[in-house]
Amino acid sequence: MPRREGSALQGVGVVMLKELSDHLTSVRMRVLEWLVVLFALAALYGAIQQVKDVTAEDPFLFLRLFTTARESIPVTFVSFLSILVPLMAIGLGFDSVNSEYNRRTLSRILSQPIYRDALLFGKFLAGLFTISISLVALWLLVVGLGLLLLGVPPSAEEIARAFIFLLVTIAYAGVWLALALLFSIVFRSAATAALVTLGLWLFLTFLWPSVLSQMVAATIAPPDPRYVAAGLPTPATLEWEQVLARLSPSTLFGEVALALLNPAQRALGPIYLVQLQGAVPGAPLPLGQSLVIAWPQVVGLIAATILLFIVGYIVFQRQEVRA
Amino acid sequence: MTENVIEAQNLTKRYDGVAAVNGVSFAVARGEIFGLLGPNGAGKTTTILMLLGLSEISDGKARVLGHDPVREPLAVKRRVGYLPDQVGFYDNLSAVENMRYTARLLGLERGQRDEKIALALGHVGLSDVMNNRVGTFSRGMRQRLGLAEILMKDARIAILDEPTSGLDPQATVELLSVIRDLKHRGVTVLLSSHLLERVQSVCDRVALFNEGNLVLMGTVPELGRQVLGGGFRVEVEAEGAGLAERLSAVPGVQRVERVGTTRLLLMAQRDVRPEAAAAVVEAGGRLLHLGVAEPSLEAIYTRYFQDREGTRHAAA
Repeated sequence: MPRREGSALQGVGVVMLKELSDHLTSVRMRVLEWLVVLFALAALYGAIQQVKDVTAEDPFLFLRLFTTARESIPVTFVSFLSILVPLMAIGLGFDSVNSEYNRRTLSRILSQPIYRDALLFGKFLAGLFTISISLVALWLLVVGLGLLLLGVPPSAEEIARAFIFLLVTIAYAGVWLALALLFSIVFRSAATAALVTLGLWLFLTFLWPSVLSQMVAATIAPPDPRYVAAGLPTPATLEWEQVLARLSPSTLFGEVALALLNPAQRALGPIYLVQLQGAVPGAPLPLGQSLVIAWPQVVGLIAATILLFIVGYIVFQRQEVRA
Repeated sequence: MTENVIEAQNLTKRYDGVAAVNGVSFAVARGEIFGLLGPNGAGKTTTILMLLGLSEISDGKARVLGHDPVREPLAVKRRVGYLPDQVGFYDNLSAVENMRYTARLLGLERGQRDEKIALALGHVGLSDVMNNRVGTFSRGMRQRLGLAEILMKDARIAILDEPTSGLDPQATVELLSVIRDLKHRGVTVLLSSHLLERVQSVCDRVALFNEGNLVLMGTVPELGRQVLGGGFRVEVEAEGAGLAERLSAVPGVQRVERVGTTRLLLMAQRDVRPEAAAAVVEAGGRLLHLGVAEPSLEAIYTRYFQDREGTRHAAA
């Protein structure tokens, strides 16, 4: 049987530009941008106050902007991002395919000489690009404000760490965008798709890592009474807890942020005291070593994005065009 | 020259084992206007989607302009324009912006785009509103915008799904004139509809669908002969006494029906107008009107389904 003619990607650029211009001019995007900027500024303000008050000498003063919170508003810039980035991605993606059905534009567009692949790729890339634009702008805002208000220029390593963190944030956005895209394919009603995506986000971010993963871990590997008697967590249970919690993209993102923005972080997860032998507590790791610690999590985020996108792709290919 | 541009052979579509289209075969010649008729859910749209490569073909074969829509969908879609049932556009964009998006998807060169768009919009009479948001457009204007897209594409075949449904009479007339215009440009038109009267006025040939099967195909008079028993219906309006008797004696007339004080309807095997006129004059009557009624698609359609119902009840 002959191969299908033409490239599957023909028209991706056209679709992407059109979607991008839709996103950038939409009221929805405007609202999301303001939300992100205002929240980020609030977090940044808190961080700067705290850094000024507390930290006198710190080799990584600049990175503290991302991870420090004022006691009165206990939310850091990173934790704001971990909540608002999914919200933004879901806001951009929840109606991307089903709106084409509902506006009855899908069959008309697909009757043009492009494959369905182009439509889906174009939509995903446009969403990711839109979020990237906002995040880069936000990142520059933070760096600029940090320079102005702290009056300390960041070192090259700090900039490198912050930049890699920016890239990871975009990958984190990709996971939620792919999830939103998937549900926009599965559900014909945009409201249903939005609700289900938001529900899953709430579940994965707030319920699963903190409560449910522990319950499930305790069922799979019940705590050893000897450890309990000594007031220590059972290693097997702890390991399961961590494995399960890492099913949530939010957990992965939090861990990467920890490793990248806190150079003194030597491991993600529990380690035995034996393993710390010879280590100088509080001494920072070089960037390469921090990256090694965070690498599995980064791969996990990218893999989750690809996996979700592929599932959406398969569902979309099998769907009938008619409304 | 009759070259077939669309060929369907035993085209079948099954959803979970249930056939939505069941072994449909037909061919459409270049430059023809071919109508797919039938009640909703008869399989017309599914057939169209299979021809466009937008729906998988479960069984059978299709060729569109010599291409296989399953294996070479881009080649088919490049040359075939499609106007879906209740076509949709991006409401927040203007007519021109919507067309530009399509033009870019088509890969039209930048320099040609605006010119082609303006020309196509002019042709369907949307030049005045080309910069208005499509959200403000009426149903008929959207349909015409869809046709403009097909014109811009320089399509060799236009496939129109229910192009006139939901339109007011004025908009319908305008739309049909654009469809006729397509034919004059040498475009082959395949259209589906359940509105028979309108379709009859533009179609060269029609195919009647029912429950996934193609049950009748041909020109409207052919179908009339097939379904209605082949008779001509000659209408005579005349004043005078004993006309009915005189006319029923005319050779070829099978039956005479009185439909009004001065109107008579003759059921005949052939066109008996000359003989009927002579008969009226011979009888000393005043002939006011003489006409032959084309069999209406509506009558064919209704009769066909009545007959089917009848046989089904008889069988049950």
